[in-house]
Amino acid sequence: MSDTSDLRLLTSARDTGVARFRRWGLVTVPLAAVLFQVYVPRFFQVLQFLEMPLLVTVYFSLMRRDQIGGTFIGASIGLLQDSLSHQPLGMFGIDKTLVGYFAASVGMRIDVDHVVIRLLLAFFLYCFHQFFYWVLARALLGQQIPFDVQQMFFVGLLNAAVGISLFHFLDKLKERA
Amino acid sequence: MDSLLNRYRNVTVLLLVIFAQLILLAYQVKSNQDVRLIRVWAVSAVTPLARLIESLRSGTVRLAENYVFLHNLRQENREIRKEVGRLKIENQYLKSQLETADRVKALSAFQSNNPSRMAAARVIGTGTGANSRVVFIDRGSRGGVAAGMAVITPDGIVGKVTAAYPTASQVLLITDPTFKAGVISQQHRVHGTVRGLGYNSCDVYYIQNEEQVEPGERFFTAGDDGVFPKGLPVGTVTAVREGNPFKEVLLAPSGFQGALEEVLVVLEGVHQPIPEQSVASTEVHLQPPAPPSGQEEEAPAVPGAKPNAGTDADRLRERYKSIGEAQGHRFGEGQPGSKPPDFNLKPEDSAAKPAKPPAEGQTAPPAKPEPVP
Repeated sequence: MSDTSDLRLLTSARDTGVARFRRWGLVTVPLAAVLFQVYVPRFFQVLQFLEMPLLVTVYFSLMRRDQIGGTFIGASIGLLQDSLSHQPLGMFGIDKTLVGYFAASVGMRIDVDHVVIRLLLAFFLYCFHQFFYWVLARALLGQQIPFDVQQMFFVGLLNAAVGISLFHFLDKLKERA
Repeated sequence: MDSLLNRYRNVTVLLLVIFAQLILLAYQVKSNQDVRLIRVWAVSAVTPLARLIESLRSGTVRLAENYVFLHNLRQENREIRKEVGRLKIENQYLKSQLETADRVKALSAFQSNNPSRMAAARVIGTGTGANSRVVFIDRGSRGGVAAGMAVITPDGIVGKVTAAYPTASQVLLITDPTFKAGVISQQHRVHGTVRGLGYNSCDVYYIQNEEQVEPGERFFTAGDDGVFPKGLPVGTVTAVREGNPFKEVLLAPSGFQGALEEVLVVLEGVHQPIPEQSVASTEVHLQPPAPPSGQEEEAPAVPGAKPNAGTDADRLRERYKSIGEAQGHRFGEGQPGSKPPDFNLKPEDSAAKPAKPPAEGQTAPPAKPEPVP
């Protein structure tokens, strides 16, 4: 990318401003996302495909446009999710730390308020998240977890579609700096 | 140095956070111990919220039934519909009470008939993670539950407790890819290890291709894994394939058919014998001989033949025997190349005109064939 285009993209990102959120939103939304994961699939098994903690991580990291912030957001949500799973602590933590960092890096460079960009980001970050989790489980825990690429792409698209609506809703919690 | 750190501050923080989590992960894997404090905090924080949401949900459902449903009906016929609505709600309530009582009664009956000491619990939530099959139950260490205990229903095993917190416990379901338990087949007593496949199915591993397992066969816990007492139903075989290096045996778990709501935690397990399979009766029933029917049976083709000579082959044999005897032929004594009797003659004709017995070393002249009617 040339210097000129870099400048334009950065300027565009700055134009949109670094989003700030109400403090209660920063705590309750991730907690609600993890609770959703714990509670809702019990009654609607079809919603088990939704990775709400991931979508929330992606959104907050994108909007913060701060790599360190994204890193800590991802780590916190991931560890919370870990503590309610049967896996050792750190599996989702490491995974979502990277997702948060990458999402924040992208948020710093391009205008992430566009729907198509959000859709693509949610899709790719979902695929990365699933693939990296599979790698971690295989490499660090020696678990033979099945990995279906087709299913991952399909569920990734569904998550991205849900993510668009969720991001739109979460935009309302935003306070401009 | 400072400028270098400032320049790569973001990446440094990222690497530090990941490194810290890797250390945490390595500690847990290496020492096979959990960082219990963090989990206790998280579960203690989430359990009351989950209970609150459950209360809100059931309250909302009741409200919807009591108000919205009735409100719509009132518009049609206020008096009658009001009565119907009241009865419906009462009926619904009683039905749900009855269902709950039935389930509790079934669990209680199972508990009292089973020598193992068990405690009933209710499922209050599921675990996180797309691949994990984990649920939370509302009985924890205060209720005597500890990690490693078996969780079952009267229909079969459900999973095992992986962590017990004061007010709740985490249960790893049989369908989770990391679940494993020793099993034995009912019919051929084949040993294997059941493991989850991530969706609502399991397979039995470590079964040699030479071993015999059939679809429809049931598997029971073998009691050799230290978690599940022997003799609990696990599931039914749905498919069997030859595999490399082991046979592929797919299993439909019998423990949770439908939604999982109430379970039993085995506090003290007692091994039980594996029930014998009911063997199909080996008694053979033969139908009586078919009654004679048609002209052929009424008038047998062979005079002197029994009316119920048996099959067509028996009747044919009788016919040929009588034709042969009428022509002086003795079956089984003719030399190779000697003339056979004329089987085209009718038995009565053969009896009227017995053929001359052929002289020694001569062959009898061929009899004129007659058409067989």
